[in-house]
Amino acid sequence: MAGELTAVEAGELQQKANQLRKDILTMIARAGSGHPGGSLSIVDILAVLYYKVMRLRPQEPLWPERDRFVLSKGHACPALYAVLADKGFFPREYLARLRQLGSPLQGHPDMRKTPGVDFSTGSLGQGLSAANGMALAARLQEASWRVYVVLGDGEIQEGQVWEAAMSAAHYGLSNLIAFLDYNGLQIDGTVREIMCPEPLAEKWRAFGWHVLEIDGHDHAAILEAVRRSQLENHRPSMIIARTIKGKGVSFMEDQVSWHGKAPSEELLQNALRELEGGRNNGR
Amino acid sequence: MVDEMATRDAYGKALVELGRKDERIVVLDADLSGSTKTAAFAGEFPQRFFNMGIAEADMMGTAAGLAASGFIPFASTFGVFATGRAFDQVRNSICYPRLNVKIAATHTGITVGEDGGSHQSVEDIALMRVLPAMTILSPADSWQAEQAVKAAVEVDGPVYIRLGRPKVPLVIPQDMPFAVGKGQVLREGTDITIIATGHMVHQALKAADKMAKEGLRAAVINIHTIKPLDEELIVFYARQTKGVITAEEHSIIGGLGGAVAELLGERCPVPMKRIGVRDSFGESGKPASLLQEYGLTAEHIISAARHLLRETS
Repeated sequence: MAGELTAVEAGELQQKANQLRKDILTMIARAGSGHPGGSLSIVDILAVLYYKVMRLRPQEPLWPERDRFVLSKGHACPALYAVLADKGFFPREYLARLRQLGSPLQGHPDMRKTPGVDFSTGSLGQGLSAANGMALAARLQEASWRVYVVLGDGEIQEGQVWEAAMSAAHYGLSNLIAFLDYNGLQIDGTVREIMCPEPLAEKWRAFGWHVLEIDGHDHAAILEAVRRSQLENHRPSMIIARTIKGKGVSFMEDQVSWHGKAPSEELLQNALRELEGGRNNGR
Repeated sequence: MVDEMATRDAYGKALVELGRKDERIVVLDADLSGSTKTAAFAGEFPQRFFNMGIAEADMMGTAAGLAASGFIPFASTFGVFATGRAFDQVRNSICYPRLNVKIAATHTGITVGEDGGSHQSVEDIALMRVLPAMTILSPADSWQAEQAVKAAVEVDGPVYIRLGRPKVPLVIPQDMPFAVGKGQVLREGTDITIIATGHMVHQALKAADKMAKEGLRAAVINIHTIKPLDEELIVFYARQTKGVITAEEHSIIGGLGGAVAELLGERCPVPMKRIGVRDSFGESGKPASLLQEYGLTAEHIISAARHLLRETS
């Protein structure tokens, strides 16, 4: 079926994801601050979207017919910057200037400063509403582009997310496909302890969404979920992606302490060696 | 020709005209389309009208997404909700990315009347004024409201348009040119300068005409654009008169009075009095009684002028 990856493609994608992880850790370590945990948990989703799904023109970032991407959990932008650089939206050298004064790569996504960023986010809970606006725009223009969104599992504690969940279903935005990065951790602890979102799939279904639950690090599963969601014709899709915060780096995995701090040079080298060693080649 | 009309009615009318000319115009409302007067647009262009339900935060974000895709959205609700309930969305989803969203807020000020203090926005100008990239239009009458709505489309970026609930008299000569950022001199005078905005322009003119009978010559300036402020005009009149009075249906903190005081404090300190709501919330009542109760009439302006001239002489 359309969602399947050949063995060669699967290997290439895995390599890409591995490289993105290295870029993320390197840029955050250089910046001396940033959010590694939630950036690493969305890498595989972004890899599938940017290398296998989205229609883009890196040389023409504002191409009107492009698919849109909204990173509602804006703090995970190192993952987005890594993939945009690799796609050629801007020079890789930009990555070394993350979070520095005058840098095109801000601490949270800025659509006015970074080529390829379709919407400015950072204050949590706002991305889905903007994505809905884009999806309505595509419909008004009778255009075929789609809108992809990534939300955080802590982020959905914001009430605006549920306002947007209601309106996306009300307006039948089948050209909108959202991911929930369900890594289970937020700054103060586990999502279940802080403000339990369960039953999660039932909530989105009850709001009128097409809901799928997948392993958010399984490229084939991500691709298949997107292809299935693209077949929807009257409701938006929510792909609940079970992920591991800090995925790919043993000492960061499932550790809430790595939500928002940079690794030291020594830990960075350890992490890069792990990734170099291909610990993540194949699951 | 009507001689009295609410600025919100003019907005509804202008929207339909704009909608006919420009397919990029889309309108969003939060379950108040009858009151904000966007219902006429909804009737004529149902495909380009989105009722977002009672969810102002989502409405602002959706408007931002439409603007990011090339449309020119007008988002409407009451002033308290547009600027208070959805402040973070206006800040982060609209102003921070400088998106082309027009926020047309009705029911601003205390002339909302009977609904009371919960619904009377006396702080909306202050909230919008601190946001970088935001243009603030505050028309004095219905004719000017129509001009302001049309002018907002020509501004590339976020615009806040402050509209009111009650019928107000036409006070601006219709041949007077309207330009965003340019104040309008409605009366010349050398004794005192009254700088007014919105519904208070009418009171300012009444005050000036009464004072003229006593031999006091008051200049009256209509500031329909609170941001960017017409600094040169205000400084010019501050220099040529003995003092400045500001008048607005808004808190004296952070609105027109605040903006003028900041400007003159730096460039041309002169004696000043601010007519406005004095750091309090409103309450239920008839609009006219509220204006009286909260000190927002021509008489209050005259009294402030007399005090000011006495203090400076």
